[in-house]
Amino acid sequence: MLEQPEISPVQTQNLPNVMVVSHLYKSFGSQVVLADFNLTLGNGENLVVLGKSGSGKSVLIKCIIGLLEPDAGTIEMFGKNIPDLDHVELDKIRAKVGFLFQSNALYDSMTVRQNLEFPLRRHWIQVTQAEVDELVTDALADVGLAHTVDMMPAELSGGMRKRIALARTLILKPEIILYDEPTTGLDPVTGKEIIELIVEIQKKYKSSSLIISHDMTCVRMAADRVAVLIDGRCYAEGTYASLKKSNDPKVKQFFE
Amino acid sequence: MSTRLPVKTTAFLRETGGISAFAGRFFKETWKPRYEVAEFIHQCYIIGYKSLPLIGLTGFIMGLVLTMQLRPSLVEYGVASQLPAMVGIAIVREIGPVITALIFAGKIGSSIGAELGSMKVTEQIDAMEVSGTNPFKYLVVTRVLASTLMLPVLVMLSDAISLYGSYLGVNIRGVTSFHLFYTQVFDSLAFTDVLPAFVKSFFFGFAVGIIGCFKGYFSNKGTEGVGQSANSAVVVSSIMIFIIDLIAVQITDVFNLN
Repeated sequence: MLEQPEISPVQTQNLPNVMVVSHLYKSFGSQVVLADFNLTLGNGENLVVLGKSGSGKSVLIKCIIGLLEPDAGTIEMFGKNIPDLDHVELDKIRAKVGFLFQSNALYDSMTVRQNLEFPLRRHWIQVTQAEVDELVTDALADVGLAHTVDMMPAELSGGMRKRIALARTLILKPEIILYDEPTTGLDPVTGKEIIELIVEIQKKYKSSSLIISHDMTCVRMAADRVAVLIDGRCYAEGTYASLKKSNDPKVKQFFE
Repeated sequence: MSTRLPVKTTAFLRETGGISAFAGRFFKETWKPRYEVAEFIHQCYIIGYKSLPLIGLTGFIMGLVLTMQLRPSLVEYGVASQLPAMVGIAIVREIGPVITALIFAGKIGSSIGAELGSMKVTEQIDAMEVSGTNPFKYLVVTRVLASTLMLPVLVMLSDAISLYGSYLGVNIRGVTSFHLFYTQVFDSLAFTDVLPAFVKSFFFGFAVGIIGCFKGYFSNKGTEGVGQSANSAVVVSSIMIFIIDLIAVQITDVFNLN
């Protein structure tokens, strides 16, 4: 039997929801990863899902983008339930949802320009070559790396690769951006720069962001609201300040 | 008495079933749009054109060495004049396709296994899917088609280069004109020598492509898994080449093509 959280869910902002995750279950064999997980993401909100390594954060975000199929539950975005969609419909949704991978997932065999052009060309976006060039230039300018356009990913540092991956995520001007551990593998200074960039981008594009992280600096700097993932469910949620004051040992451990 | 199969047998059966299902998916996905023509052409360039120097060099050495090794025995039996015919039949019917396929498995099988394995562990395959691309069609179908179509071309080129190596080998210890050498080679060859060798090359190419892709596509255990994928892609492809060769010999025998 799961313990009841001491902190009751707190709706910190009165925003219309752009994503609603309801009663989500996901297991791998006998290992239960998500069990009755519920979550909402408000329009223009930066929501951080906080959890320990191996708690199922990446599984959650991969279920949301349709890379994993949940065992039960619904994930509603743009009026559609993601697990019910076929590939064609799912691709239409994915064109409106950016995904920043934990490992950046830049294509090693392509230049930075080709990496950025890839989603534009694959989603059948009707744009001329001049418009593609402009979008690539703008996306790279947003992350401060316009000079890397003809470089290969292998020639870039870890922080630069993360920024390029972010530029690739932004190129389709997504309404929702999903970040999977955006500061993992980066030094604290670079990690902080990436978080500042994420906040800046959210303000500029007015997008909604779901950030998966266990990095408390990221949570403190980026979160409008925090959801704590423990035992496969949303154990507690609230603002950073409200959760920091919690006396619940399971929540408190993150802030110590 | 326990009816459980040994672990290695179960793993073998699971892998065989996995490769069969993967091949089945390949045939299903190949006919469905969207057709990745640009990527297919790019893969033909990588798999075919870029393999040419290695295949050409090994083919040349193979022809030269085979000729020099056979010559003393044929001289001993007084049939040295049959050397071009013998080398021609050996290269075109068996040695050319099999050796070329084995080298192809070493170069292309390992390269595909490592490339897809690396893409898998660094989430590049997931990134492709998120970008509105069917990674199976983009990565697997293009590579398997390219290796299936490019290997027969490489085999033909390797045969030609091997025969030229053989011509030079003949002339190291004797004097035979270019015209006489090739007349003897082609007089000894029939269409039924060339056709089965050419057809089995397609199957060799398919086996190398599908096994390399299977190993890479289902790679795990991080960077260690990438190395394992590349290694087992070569080992399994090489074994498959010999199995296909064995089956091809039986079929040509049944249809009296020998």
